[in-house]
Amino acid sequence: MKHFKVLGSGCKNCENTASMIEKKAAELGIEAKVEKVTDMATIMGYGVMSTPGVVVDEKLVHAGGVPSIDAIADWLKDEGCCSGSASSSSGGCC
Amino acid sequence: MFAIFTWLADWLAYGVLRLESGTPLGEAVHFFIEDVTKIFFLLAVIIYLMGLMRALISPERVRKIVAGRSRLVSYPLASLLGSITPFCSCSSVPLFIGFLEAGIPLGVTMAFLITSPMINQVAVVVLAAAVGWKVAVLYVATGMLVGMLGGLVIETFKLEKWVEEYVWKIHMGEVAVQTVGTSFKARATFAWGEVKDIVGRIWKYVLIGVGLGAALHGFVPQSFFTTYASSSNPFAVPLAVIIGIPLYSNATGVIPIVEALMSKGVPIGTVLALMMSVAAISLPEMIILRKVLKPQLIATFTGILFVAFIAVGFLFNFMLA
Repeated sequence: MKHFKVLGSGCKNCENTASMIEKKAAELGIEAKVEKVTDMATIMGYGVMSTPGVVVDEKLVHAGGVPSIDAIADWLKDEGCCSGSASSSSGGCC
Repeated sequence: MFAIFTWLADWLAYGVLRLESGTPLGEAVHFFIEDVTKIFFLLAVIIYLMGLMRALISPERVRKIVAGRSRLVSYPLASLLGSITPFCSCSSVPLFIGFLEAGIPLGVTMAFLITSPMINQVAVVVLAAAVGWKVAVLYVATGMLVGMLGGLVIETFKLEKWVEEYVWKIHMGEVAVQTVGTSFKARATFAWGEVKDIVGRIWKYVLIGVGLGAALHGFVPQSFFTTYASSSNPFAVPLAVIIGIPLYSNATGVIPIVEALMSKGVPIGTVLALMMSVAAISLPEMIILRKVLKPQLIATFTGILFVAFIAVGFLFNFMLA
């Protein structure tokens, strides 16, 4: 099971990001746990300055906006681990 | 270049709606149509272009550029980058912590935070389209100056003690992720997403701004402003700043009001002071900053801006009278 953390101070775009991941996971039939992290120290600990950010299995994969739906699908399907490479954002920092 | 929007407003207001030019309603509707179409057009185009270049000027990059520079360089640099870096007020907390954590002085960080909401590319272009390049350049120059001075004052009085203690204890992980893909397609998708997101977030401020501007333009007689808001009234500038401080609007949303006030002969200093105080600081912004700043620093910061905007107002009213 994949463990997602959505980093952000609880703004609308962070909520959107979390619900997008949940929806996509359900759609693909992949089990995923989505957790929202609002604690600033934890967020900064991942090196994130522009939120929302996304962490998959303790690895930061995205920061600075609502991720694109394709990127979310990739994270969900990716078996090994995400290289942490650039994921494109569809805009919307919060 | 913007004549097309005047023409469109002429056609809709006077042709389709059969309103009469010169009447209050006709003038107000004309103003509303022209400004709404012009501002939303400019918003979409500029945000898209900025979005394409976004990878070049992310806050993470700014942090790297500013860290470790001498103050002579870091102050102007911070306020310059503040005016070109898109960041929304809800990112100000992580941004603030990230800057301090990189060893950037509090004053320099504040210079960035003060300048950022006041100046952005969209506001500058829309301001230039509404009231001319001269005013737009003046606004940018004084906005950056106020940012630097505000930061310097905070540094001079060593106000680090009024930053919440936990902020100094946070250690940031390595900034590893590139926020935007580098391929053109990824950047185009991102840029379009930015347009939808930013327009979706600020359209109401723009509409309220244009609505107020149109009402002022059409229904409030010029004599009202020459009586109460001329440069001979010493209270006009402080009052404009006081009104602007708690109000929240995006800088772009204030511009139609600026346009209407200037066309009614309100002096430029008063108008710029109002615009700066609406854009730079607001109650929602203070509430967000309260997470990292103690109330004393928020009060000092607001006080500094209050004095600075009044000085800007009087200075320009005096210089450009």
